[in-house]
Amino acid sequence: MSAVKVQSVVKHQEQIASDIYSLTLYAPEIAKEAKAGQFVSLYSKEGSKLLPRPISLCEIEKETGTVRLVYRVVGFGTKEFSRLKADDTLEIMGPLGNGFDRKDKKAILIGGGIGIPPMLELARELKCDKSIVTGFKDETFLVEDLEKYGTVYIASEDGRTGVKGNVLDAIREYGIEGDIIYACGPTPMLRAVKDYAGEHGIEAQISLEGKMACGIGACLACVCNTSEVDGHSHVKNARICKDGPVFDSREVEL
Amino acid sequence: MNLSVNIAGVEFKNPVTVASGTFGSGVEYGDFVDLNRLGAVTTKGVANVPWLGNPTPRIAETYGGMMNAVGLQNPGIDVLCKRDIPFLKKYDTNIIVNVCGKSEDDYVEVVERLADEDVDLLEINVSCPNVKEGGIAFGQDPKALEHITKVVKAKAKQPVVMKLSPNVTDITVMAKAAEAGGADALSLINTLTGMKIDINKRSFAVANKTGGVSGPAIKPIAVRMVYQVANAVKLPLIGMGGIMNYEDAIEFMMAGATMVSVGTANFHNPYATIEIIDGMECFMKEKGIEDINDIIGCVK
Repeated sequence: MSAVKVQSVVKHQEQIASDIYSLTLYAPEIAKEAKAGQFVSLYSKEGSKLLPRPISLCEIEKETGTVRLVYRVVGFGTKEFSRLKADDTLEIMGPLGNGFDRKDKKAILIGGGIGIPPMLELARELKCDKSIVTGFKDETFLVEDLEKYGTVYIASEDGRTGVKGNVLDAIREYGIEGDIIYACGPTPMLRAVKDYAGEHGIEAQISLEGKMACGIGACLACVCNTSEVDGHSHVKNARICKDGPVFDSREVEL
Repeated sequence: MNLSVNIAGVEFKNPVTVASGTFGSGVEYGDFVDLNRLGAVTTKGVANVPWLGNPTPRIAETYGGMMNAVGLQNPGIDVLCKRDIPFLKKYDTNIIVNVCGKSEDDYVEVVERLADEDVDLLEINVSCPNVKEGGIAFGQDPKALEHITKVVKAKAKQPVVMKLSPNVTDITVMAKAAEAGGADALSLINTLTGMKIDINKRSFAVANKTGGVSGPAIKPIAVRMVYQVANAVKLPLIGMGGIMNYEDAIEFMMAGATMVSVGTANFHNPYATIEIIDGMECFMKEKGIEDINDIIGCVK
């Protein structure tokens, strides 16, 4: 399976929360190869902005050849993407990264903030019994989409929706159990998930992010510390874009 | 029509290679690029032992370019010889190995280890701005540069290309020092030391505080330095610094470069190298240029 860089066509874009946008792109070459936990690199049309923006895949429709991206506007690049309208084009490369290694085990899917989108595609692909735990700062998004595929539990920092606190507070509050965890979210959340999985002796696959340049494993910008010597550079620094973004929580030091 | 060029007796099918560190060892770009078409693959800097590199974040985007402080993370020469060189030997392209070190002994160890390997050129990185312990210490002092060039030349079985730093007052002084030390060729420029501050976080954009700036924003500086060096020494040059397309590549050659390296452009467009080679061919046809060598240093 190899990545390609293509000119995708915008099918639809809408704002689904304050800074959160949902973008559906027609890119059949990418959709047919992609799976949950992988990402695509988006290229700005502005010539002075050279580096692609990595965005995780939120939904993959192989039959219609589309991919859905849900992203937060954080800077110039994402602001530019947020202005795209139907029939506009956007250069993207993908699918990139390893993706989740789906297991047929009772699963807990944990998404925090802008780490929630990849959990939607994973929830669609996982046919087993699963609980979906989402953590928000305040405003929620994608909850209705996720509810189609499993029971959704919500934590919000301000207590506006669900349990007041974080995703682990929700897990404890609702007594959620599982034999495997899949998680994506901010580093403090992933650190807590790693500890939780360690204490409970269950496998956790966690998806990391990092500042990237190439997105394909060549530039060594987006490394994370690993507990064992990595297979590429033979130090203790794995490439998030190529060796990840999904890692067994025991493999990485957060 | 001839696109082949010659550096220190080594024939290259065309003048296009990649800048060290932007292309890994070629494996990662193999999905996008037919490596057989490249004049050479220049591998990521390799030391005698594995290097961990710098903390993250290691990169930041800058206007018309980027800043990196990767810090030469690499698996060491053993892995290069066992894994990367055999991979590249499967392709019909030349191999340039970029060598880095923290001390004279480090460089010598790598160069000696490469003596029996089937590689075409050694590019000695004495100009990485992101590693405190060495590298750059050899690249900013003409006496030190001449000395390390002599030491490496004495041990090297392949022609030696010294990679120059632009972070000096007069790059021609450094070029002459490398020439005096016996270098077979020079490559330039390495990245320019820069800094970026995240005003929201009140912190440096890269963990190393400073990083090397590359990309089209620095191209005019690189072209100027290639021109200056081409007119100061008799050695063939590999020119680089912000090459994004064939026009940029031709510009470097007209300034005096025999070969060109494509670096940051690979991150923006993984097909950049091939598009540049194709574009050069079209340019030659259009302008009736029979031999690419005819344009090297043609602008005086």
